[in-house]
Amino acid sequence: MLKRLCAKAFPKALWVYHANTGACNGCDIEVIDVLTPYYDAERFGIRLVGSPRHADVVLVSGPVTRQVASALHRLLDAVPEPKLVVAVGSCACGGGAWFDSYGVLGGADQVIPVDYYVPGCPPRPEAILYGIALALGLVSKQVVCERLSQESLEELAQGVSRYGGVSDG
Amino acid sequence: MLLSKLREALICLKAGRVTLPYPSAPHDPSPRFRGKITVDPDRCFGCGGCANVCPAGVILIHDTDQHTRVLEFQWRRCTYCGRCEEVCPEQAIHMSQQFETATDRPEDLVIRLEVFMGPCQRCGRCFPPPTPLDRMMVSGFRSGGNGGRQ
Repeated sequence: MLKRLCAKAFPKALWVYHANTGACNGCDIEVIDVLTPYYDAERFGIRLVGSPRHADVVLVSGPVTRQVASALHRLLDAVPEPKLVVAVGSCACGGGAWFDSYGVLGGADQVIPVDYYVPGCPPRPEAILYGIALALGLVSKQVVCERLSQESLEELAQGVSRYGGVSDG
Repeated sequence: MLLSKLREALICLKAGRVTLPYPSAPHDPSPRFRGKITVDPDRCFGCGGCANVCPAGVILIHDTDQHTRVLEFQWRRCTYCGRCEEVCPEQAIHMSQQFETATDRPEDLVIRLEVFMGPCQRCGRCFPPPTPLDRMMVSGFRSGGNGGRQ
């Protein structure tokens, strides 16, 4: 549903406002990389703008610090509807190494609703491009929640009998 | 003056296309790149050494009952340092090359692993049984019995 909404609401270009909410600048440098001619996000219509009032997308990088949280709320209120929020980097996705620190609120989704997550520390420029392409509906999602468990006892018994056999003594 | 400008234009023409054709063509990172973690469930025996060294506290361990230990990798906040891969005694954790991990649901960024354990007879806490045969002994497995259970 979100994909259809995106296709309808953003038919041409996404203008991005980049909000650094306490990041170490690693993710910010990778975001700048994406805008260089080598990675060239402008072919998808991505453009950095200087004011949230001009933006369609808010790119959040960094675990949201206590100090910046109210500013982030005001920033998001200034963005006109419809808007997307993309969390770039492990810090914005879940707090990173500071997830339980007293000074941060532990990720962008603790403060504002987040639509897309791009994990990585920092994410490769290709990973950010993949996130953009995912938001535009060009590629399909590749990760799902993994539920793993060890082999069942019956399979284990077959394995043991193959290696010499177990008999009731 | 004009000639130098023309030379610059020629240099620009000679450079050709530099943009990476990434989302349309696949891209392989360098071999030393550390991407999303993968866990081999049959190698892990639940020692918890990875949870000890993880700087971001990605790996949560809890025992649901006396036979099951659950390792939950909440790798949405993973910093890809690779310490868990280094300390794992059984090489169960591996940093894969996968970087295409963007998603719209945070629940996708979780790996949940259930490890079969044996209870200690004295304190009741879980411990890893050393061999597959011991694993079957602690759960009361008999090879020729009714349905394999005691």
